[in-house]
Amino acid sequence: MQYGGKIIAGLVIFLGLVSLPFWFNVGGKYEQPKVELPKNAKECVAPIEDMRTSHMKLLDEWRDMALREGKRTYISADGKEYTISLVNTCMQCHNSKKEFCDKCHTAAGVTPYCWDCHVPPKEAK
Amino acid sequence: MKQSRRNFLKFAGLSAAGLCLAPSVTALASEGGHGKAHEVVNANSLHAKRWAMVIDTRKLNTEEEINALAEVCHHIHNVPTIPTKQNVKWLWEATYAEAFPNQEDNYPSEDVEKRKFPLLCNHCESPSCVRVCPTKATFKRPDGIVAMDYHRCIGCRYCMAACPYGSRSFNFMSPRKYLDMDKINMKFPTRMRGVVEKCNFCVERLAVGEMPACVEKSNGAMTFGDLKDPNSNVRKALRENFTIRRNPAAGTEPGVYYII
Ligand code: SF4
Ligand code: SF4
Ligand code: SF4
Repeated sequence: MQYGGKIIAGLVIFLGLVSLPFWFNVGGKYEQPKVELPKNAKECVAPIEDMRTSHMKLLDEWRDMALREGKRTYISADGKEYTISLVNTCMQCHNSKKEFCDKCHTAAGVTPYCWDCHVPPKEAK
Repeated sequence: MKQSRRNFLKFAGLSAAGLCLAPSVTALASEGGHGKAHEVVNANSLHAKRWAMVIDTRKLNTEEEINALAEVCHHIHNVPTIPTKQNVKWLWEATYAEAFPNQEDNYPSEDVEKRKFPLLCNHCESPSCVRVCPTKATFKRPDGIVAMDYHRCIGCRYCMAACPYGSRSFNFMSPRKYLDMDKINMKFPTRMRGVVEKCNFCVERLAVGEMPACVEKSNGAMTFGDLKDPNSNVRKALRENFTIRRNPAAGTEPGVYYII
């Protein structure tokens, strides 16, 4: 074990570097982003909890249904009818991408490519 | 506790059982979430066994008329106008020789010689573009419309090589650069760079009970209807007139007919 000391020192430095992001953030508190909720609507197509955790799944399903199977009307669990469309339905209530979508997406560090094609209401050009 | 082989196996067995159970548990959980929510076809959407189009080129044959149709189509679908070879087009005009290269006469009538012909995707019965698309981004719907799922297109352009009619355009750059973003149709998406596009027979309009925009704008020169229904308007037009289709030798069986 003539190199023992060096190996251990190396390991300590390595671990230190690898966990750097962790040390940077230690003590900092994660704050849930404050999204702007629609003023003109009280309920969404599904319960808020479901939308929060799995809106991406719903959108994925919607995309296939509308485009591939031609099913463009969504009947929600409580029997209400909605047109299946990101821009023409979702974004009519959540009319600000900046104040709604971006807040969480930025906090969570995800960049969905929806907006490469779908045109959000005004501000995002 | 000393780790014995027996203990290890017990633990491994339990974890394996857990893994088997997990999917069904999550499945149950998510089912509870959306209840009996489901997707259906719009109540007022238009249906056909096989959509087809008949274009009366005796009534519709000037550059201005055809460009007016293209303008409407391109506006509602946010198709950019790019003043180079990289232009994107869904509907455009061509001469007889360009539209029907294999059916050209050496001494054509002056009338036909002068005419311009509106061209668009033919929504073929056996579309070669669908056959070659590796991602199934291009697919044929049960009603005969050859549609595209732009989410899936990887821009390989096999479909462009396969289409015998040049009906497809490639987005060499983001179309938004060439669209007036203040005047676009907010109800329809744009495309992104690196994606192929073409006429979609206005599926989004059929879905809400409207005829294709070009047909609506054509003052009756274009007929759109069900080819499989002997009493439909397109069958009537085909019965009463002499029609040709583009490049029959390609064997794709186009769904767009031209009355000459
Ligand atoms: S015209 Fe070309 S793009 Fe359109 S369906 Fe036929 S082969 Fe495909
Ligand atoms: S370019 Fe897109 S639509 Fe065309 S064949 Fe490739 S993946 Fe399919
Ligand atoms: S059918 Fe619709 S998409 Fe196709 S050329 Fe006419 S207006 Fe454009």
